[in-house]
Amino acid sequence: MSMKPRNLSERLVYFSMLAVTYAILLVVIYIIADVVVGGLPVLSWEFLTDAPRKSGAEGGIWPVIVGTFYLVLCTVAFALPLGMAGAIYLSEYATQGRLTRMIRIAIVTLAGIPSVVLGLFGLGLFVIFLGFGASILAGSMTLACMILPTIIVASEEALRAVPQSFREGSLALGATKWETIRRNVLPYAVPGMMTGSILGIGRAAGETAPILLTVAAFFLPTLPQSVFDQCMALPYHLYILATQLPDVEKARPMQYGTALVLIAVVLSFNLAAIVIRSYFRRKYRW
Amino acid sequence: MQDNQNHIEAHSLNFFYGATQALFDVSIGLKRSKVTAFIGPSGCGKSTFLRTLNRMNDIIDGTRHTGKILVDGQDIYDSSSNVIDLRRRVGMVFQKSNPFPKAIFENVAYGPRIHGEKNRRKLEEIVEQSLRRSGLWEEVKDRLEHNAMGLSGGQQQRLCIARALAVNPEVLLMDEPASALDPRSTARIEDLISELRGEYTIVIVTHNMQQAARVSDETAFFYEGKLIEVGPTKQIFRNPAQSQTEDYITGRFG
Repeated sequence: MSMKPRNLSERLVYFSMLAVTYAILLVVIYIIADVVVGGLPVLSWEFLTDAPRKSGAEGGIWPVIVGTFYLVLCTVAFALPLGMAGAIYLSEYATQGRLTRMIRIAIVTLAGIPSVVLGLFGLGLFVIFLGFGASILAGSMTLACMILPTIIVASEEALRAVPQSFREGSLALGATKWETIRRNVLPYAVPGMMTGSILGIGRAAGETAPILLTVAAFFLPTLPQSVFDQCMALPYHLYILATQLPDVEKARPMQYGTALVLIAVVLSFNLAAIVIRSYFRRKYRW
Repeated sequence: MQDNQNHIEAHSLNFFYGATQALFDVSIGLKRSKVTAFIGPSGCGKSTFLRTLNRMNDIIDGTRHTGKILVDGQDIYDSSSNVIDLRRRVGMVFQKSNPFPKAIFENVAYGPRIHGEKNRRKLEEIVEQSLRRSGLWEEVKDRLEHNAMGLSGGQQQRLCIARALAVNPEVLLMDEPASALDPRSTARIEDLISELRGEYTIVIVTHNMQQAARVSDETAFFYEGKLIEVGPTKQIFRNPAQSQTEDYITGRFG
């Protein structure tokens, strides 16, 4: 019987898949564990609430946390309405044809642009041409351009997943198209849109290249007063701590602490989105 | 041909999905406060015709028509006609029940809210009245805040009927409303149609010959996009004028 070799290859495939899956898991666990173990001893009230001193070699990272917080918030404020509007247009209004195909190609292309190129684009358009200067405004607009494709694609998929029968049912009652979208399509698409936003937020909080030329300050131990101010940001600060200090080795604990906070900030933004998502999932299930 | 008895009239209606013609020169009068059944084999155009009566086909890209449809003597495709108002007056129940994934109350209140009713007490009144009419009130009155998706198939369809009634329509279009239901739920829907008869002009598309015979006053037989014959249900079933009609209702084809 040929059962045995087939059985063998079956087991081989099974275990290699299993091994690969666990390997991925291990990498994630190792990174998190390393950052937590290295960063936890540094975490203190002083580290979280003090301004950095000596280029960040001493003191805390409070302005850096605030900077990243503002950046992510402004980025989402720009990208979410724009992305949702684009997705609504593509899914609900546009006649599918050459124009929508071209728009979709443009979106995919935008998603594929290297972040440093986007940074240069932001420098040219927002910082110099529009005269925003290096500022939270310019930086978050640049980041918004970066995460827009993710949000549009996820939102459009979420809208398309809403059954056509919900739209028909609403229209048949005499609702206008916009009333139908607003009351009987969008609310059901929120969970999917949130998933796109979660991915976008993670990237916006963690990217260095787009903010390098548009907003991030090397050392600015004061809090930003308006969207036209520069600010510090966690990923760029981490880069400075790891490469630009006179004694990089000595700043090791600060690097770990900053990395831990960066991960925590991203996770907390994600958590907020997940809470919103599960609220809407529970409220509208089909 | 304008006739006071007729609530809805079609005059030489041709309908196209892109290059495909789905309806050919359909002219028919649908009598006020009567139940008219559309019968015919799949793809004969009866659902397409039904969906022109509240302009639901408008939402499909690339459709067009020639000819006229009059509701209360007014051309519904005329540029002065208001499609929103038309759809409020001409309600629709779909083949596959489509409750919205929210509370039972919110489902029925959806239409009135859209049309500007904000008063909570008034909404409660409308919801109760509509649910009573669709025979669902006793079953759901204690769980109006539950999600409508938790109802059984037959209950969902009666909820959709209540939702349609809540905006106080004059006409009720039903596209095979019982085709996805078990016999008991089907019987309830048929009873409901009998109860609503007289109050509303009802048009029902059905594949079920017995159902057409049981619930309707008038029957129209469609075949390959053409209206073959229309008349009192008894006459159509006992003594059809056209041989095609007879072949269909005796089960020789379709």
